[in-house]
Amino acid sequence: MLKIRVMPTLLYKDVGLVKGSKFDSTRRVGSVLQSVKVYNLREVDELVFLDIAATPAGRRPDFQLIDDIADECFMPLTVGGGVRTLADVRQLLAVGADKVALNTSAVENPALVREAAEAFGTQCVVVSIDARRHPSGIYEVFTHCGTRATGLRPADYAREVEARGAGEILVTSIDRDGTMQGYDTELVRDVSKAVTIPVIASGGAGTYEHMEQVLRTTEAAAVAAASMFHFTERTPREAKLHLRAAGFAVRL
Amino acid sequence: MITHRPEDLRSCDRLIIPGVGAFGKAMENLRREGMDEAIRTERERRELPVLGICLGMQLLAEAGEEGGNFLGLGLIAGRVARLQRSAAKERVPHMGWNEIEIAQRHPLLKGLETGSNFYFVHSYHFCAAHESDVVAFTPYCGRFASVVAQGNVMGVQFHPEKSQRTGFQLLRNFLAL
Repeated sequence: MLKIRVMPTLLYKDVGLVKGSKFDSTRRVGSVLQSVKVYNLREVDELVFLDIAATPAGRRPDFQLIDDIADECFMPLTVGGGVRTLADVRQLLAVGADKVALNTSAVENPALVREAAEAFGTQCVVVSIDARRHPSGIYEVFTHCGTRATGLRPADYAREVEARGAGEILVTSIDRDGTMQGYDTELVRDVSKAVTIPVIASGGAGTYEHMEQVLRTTEAAAVAAASMFHFTERTPREAKLHLRAAGFAVRL
Repeated sequence: MITHRPEDLRSCDRLIIPGVGAFGKAMENLRREGMDEAIRTERERRELPVLGICLGMQLLAEAGEEGGNFLGLGLIAGRVARLQRSAAKERVPHMGWNEIEIAQRHPLLKGLETGSNFYFVHSYHFCAAHESDVVAFTPYCGRFASVVAQGNVMGVQFHPEKSQRTGFQLLRNFLAL
């Protein structure tokens, strides 16, 4: 049986890891390579590394840093942030990323998703969707690290990128980011129902029960968490023990 | 060593065909460099142990249907077809950790067992022409062949290099062959 994946997310800014909060403020939490080594020792299912400062700063990915991270990583690694061109995707895969996450560039340059899928296979193209809930209850996709509205509805946009060749979707609630108050299950449900590719729920995890809840009420195939793993004593392994007791298939 | 030069195959002890990419494009690249002929020649000349990983496993087949119809290396009888979802919960690509069910003992799986987990990421799968070439299955989209072997040619649909302990065990087994 395919196992539910529990994935730590590393948010990187400037020279270190940071903790985000509603995409609005960040706090430094330490060295990235040290964290990667620890997660590798703990045999986590998969790791997501997002360079959140790259796109707002107009910078390309830090290929040397990704190379160093990948050398420590004997588990699947998804890398995002600042990926603009097919050459960026190629170079990230060449230095050891297994999957590349496209966010702003997937909106601005729709052809990039298809080109990357055709060149490297659909399995390595992750489209990262950041969405915010309006007071009316309607959701909207934002780019540039949550600063630019697109007018796109997350579920429609997810279907569109699936058709273009995305192999997986990482959906993050901007409102819940860093709050540790639980995933936005409505957002995750809408997006995961709209597509047949795997969806990773992200944004808001604070407890193991939050993970259980989003898995019970949506069709997400994986749960990602950043603050919960970096700021509390909770670990991916204990999250999986909890999920196993709740009846989910996990890898321990 | 990492190579795309046919002459390097003459002196190597073992060959790994890794895999990221699409079937047609990968075969086109191998053919352009003359690697397809070199792999077949070395395999016949001295029983060179070959391990195909993910797309590399699929390339061992006679043909693939990813993005058109393409000929493969033809080292193990079979073809490559798209995974067909058998339940709404099943998503394609098949992505994440899943187990193997061992169909027959093989030195490549020494120390591993039915239930061992490996990391998968793929949308296509190997349909072996002969059940006797299937070493292990994985239960997803019905079930598909996740380990195949024909003589010294072996293929695994998962990524041992990303599968931590179980993956290292398999790679060690391959090096010990």
